[in-house]
Amino acid sequence: MTDMTLSAGPKAPSPLVEAAKDAVFAAILVFLLSWLMIGYQTQVLQGQPMSYVTRYSDVLWAVFLIPAGRFLMTLTRFDRTLPAVIGGALGFIYLFIPGVLGVLEVPVYGEFFVTVDPLQPDILPFEQPMVNVIFGIGAFFVLAAGLRARRKKTVGAQTLEVREAAEARQARISKNLSSILGPLLIAVALIIPFTPWGDRKLVDTLILVMTYVMLGWGLNIVVGLAGLLDLGYVAFYAVGAYTYAKLSIDLGLDFWASLPIAGAIAATFGVALGFPVLRLRGDYLAIVTLGFGEIIRIILINWQIFTGGPNGLGNIAKIDFFGIPFERNPKEGELAFHTLFGLDFSPVHRIYFLYYVIIALALVTNFVTIRLRRMPIGRAWEALREDETACRALGINPTNTKLTAFALGAMFAGFAGSFFATRQGFVSPESFTFIESAVILAIVVLGGMGSQVGVALAAILLIGLPEVLRELSLYRMLVFGGVMVLIMLLRPKGLLSFRVPTIQLHGKKALPPTTAGAVK
Amino acid sequence: MDWFPYFLQQLINGLTLGSIYGLIAIGYTMVYGIIGMVNFAHGDVYMIGAFQAMIVFLLCGTLGISWVPLQLLLMLVVSMVLTAAYGWTVERIAYRPLRGAPRLAPLITAIGMSIFLQNYVQLVQGPRPKPIESIISGGVSLMTRSDGSFTVQLGWMQIIIIIATVVLMAGFTLLITRTSLGRAQRACEQDMKMASLLGVNVDRTISMTFVMGAGLAAIAGTMVTLYYGNNDFYMGFLAGIKAFTAAVLGGIGSLPGAMLGGVLLGVIEALWSAYFSAEYKDVAAFGVLVLVLIFRPTGLLGRPEVEKV
Repeated sequence: MTDMTLSAGPKAPSPLVEAAKDAVFAAILVFLLSWLMIGYQTQVLQGQPMSYVTRYSDVLWAVFLIPAGRFLMTLTRFDRTLPAVIGGALGFIYLFIPGVLGVLEVPVYGEFFVTVDPLQPDILPFEQPMVNVIFGIGAFFVLAAGLRARRKKTVGAQTLEVREAAEARQARISKNLSSILGPLLIAVALIIPFTPWGDRKLVDTLILVMTYVMLGWGLNIVVGLAGLLDLGYVAFYAVGAYTYAKLSIDLGLDFWASLPIAGAIAATFGVALGFPVLRLRGDYLAIVTLGFGEIIRIILINWQIFTGGPNGLGNIAKIDFFGIPFERNPKEGELAFHTLFGLDFSPVHRIYFLYYVIIALALVTNFVTIRLRRMPIGRAWEALREDETACRALGINPTNTKLTAFALGAMFAGFAGSFFATRQGFVSPESFTFIESAVILAIVVLGGMGSQVGVALAAILLIGLPEVLRELSLYRMLVFGGVMVLIMLLRPKGLLSFRVPTIQLHGKKALPPTTAGAVK
Repeated sequence: MDWFPYFLQQLINGLTLGSIYGLIAIGYTMVYGIIGMVNFAHGDVYMIGAFQAMIVFLLCGTLGISWVPLQLLLMLVVSMVLTAAYGWTVERIAYRPLRGAPRLAPLITAIGMSIFLQNYVQLVQGPRPKPIESIISGGVSLMTRSDGSFTVQLGWMQIIIIIATVVLMAGFTLLITRTSLGRAQRACEQDMKMASLLGVNVDRTISMTFVMGAGLAAIAGTMVTLYYGNNDFYMGFLAGIKAFTAAVLGGIGSLPGAMLGGVLLGVIEALWSAYFSAEYKDVAAFGVLVLVLIFRPTGLLGRPEVEKV
């Protein structure tokens, strides 16, 4: 799509022939991909051997639609943009709009786009509305490619200087944007429960999003600042959650007393993991941390007596207002939250309180990170990320530096874990799978490494969006994976990317943007 | 020698499992060797290979093909070709546009692809596990314990898996060392920019690496379908992580290393389950990995990295 091939031969290739070639290739590929996997759906009925049902029409439509899009895309490379614009727009209208109607279960969809008579062909290619939506979005990309090629034709080719200037402008915009967006997001987050939209469902979703923002900021210390790729971050989250669960169930401690203990224990685990793996670099470190995360999860599953095994631990004490419970009928002579403030009892109070607690915890994480960046230890982290050998030569102790990064990151994960436990009132190993680690890492990287606001944006996008799109049910995680790939392809450096070193030798003189070596 | 028959049986089981890990690990190790990234979607490509083999087997039933060697051949060939197409597509969509991007970018697209493929298979083939009756059963009895209480069995399927793995490894080593494609791959591994200056088509070579890795993963998937006969959309995850562990264990970037790592991991797992506890077999596998990396950070057969300043 984007790769411009230089025409080496004496004759310039004919656009139509080239596009047709591409389309035929795409058709063969799509057929290979879809023939068995989509063409035959295996099913296991009770007490029978496995059988299958065929879905040839879906295969045929895919083999037609995707190469058609590819054909139009290739044409745009030869400045034939009109077919792509028209075809893309038509495809988008034809597939996307009815598809969305179908997903939202608008009655119009049932009347117009679904045929009851099996002999009469359907108007839409695919039976599932969501599949039509996905293909409609594909058509939109064809349209976008056509429009972009048209604009490029009028602007003309870019020289290197122009492109560099554009990149510098982008970085500046990102930076300005994040300095505006940061306070704005915090303000919106603080007042949202008091707005008409701040119902329980939204606040619940936001609590989840904020938990991931906090985890993202915590992991940012390890990955973004110290440059240590950690794929087992969820292990510390689990340690925090189980620590609070055990403290609350066995010792009867409340959330506020347990929080520092959980953080300390998680940090200890961070150091315990950090010690043996200090000598490793880059991807070796990644795989060992991944293994460590899995080990913790397997132990949680199998150590029945202590962790409750796969069933987890229930009846964890709910959060209280600094010692004052959120209860409808408090014990004789004791206060409850609503009696203290003279309010009517409402279960929403606790949700709102949880929401502000997680915002406070997340902001503490953010504040500590920002302050530490300007302290010697933060400088050492960044220096270590850029060049470990040089660090050693300058007398920075890599062992201590790495261990503090691990410990701090783990501590914040431990806090987040305790919060998770008190919110759910229940913990089980299922909540701490590898995919969680992957999602947290994706939030850090998609946000633009090192950018605090970017992390928050990525968390809203990756966690909030799927929650809002609950209707997609089965397609939710499919879309999630697809969006992850798409964002990375469109913005390889992250949503808000500007990697400016915190300190520079010669004042404000711009350094060339460093892209390589983010994680060694 | 009363302990020996039981031990031998576990060794055989471990070898079989390890062969499968090794076949998947080759895909990881080759990709890592050339472009230095962990292809997290590889485990899911293996899962797709297993599913396609299973569907071919069902189709054989419909078409009335009941001669077992032909069935086996069809499953292997069709699944290899179609899974290779998946390997190629994953590389083309998710990794090729990101060449030269920050190092973590392809890692994230790989994770995204992995999530996408898992859910894609869950959608098109259903979330429930697919049991399939075994077509190759039976085997030979190797020895019996002196009191007759335990007989060591070597199943036909285990023989096929081990032999196929050995043959494939031999063929693959020849491919890498003798053919022009193999030479191009080794050139890209050493210095991609230089190789492209000297006329190696780097993009094509990388694509071929993914195609070959996916083909081998499809063979592993076919074997697993025939051996265990219970496929589900989530099976690629753990197998993928184990195979990557095997690749790191053997020394990433080294083909014999991947095989050695796979076999070692399989044997350790089998013995650990037999003598200690089956629940903690994964802990044992990762524990060994950590130990090896601490004492020999480049893996068993890996070359030490030269550090450039």
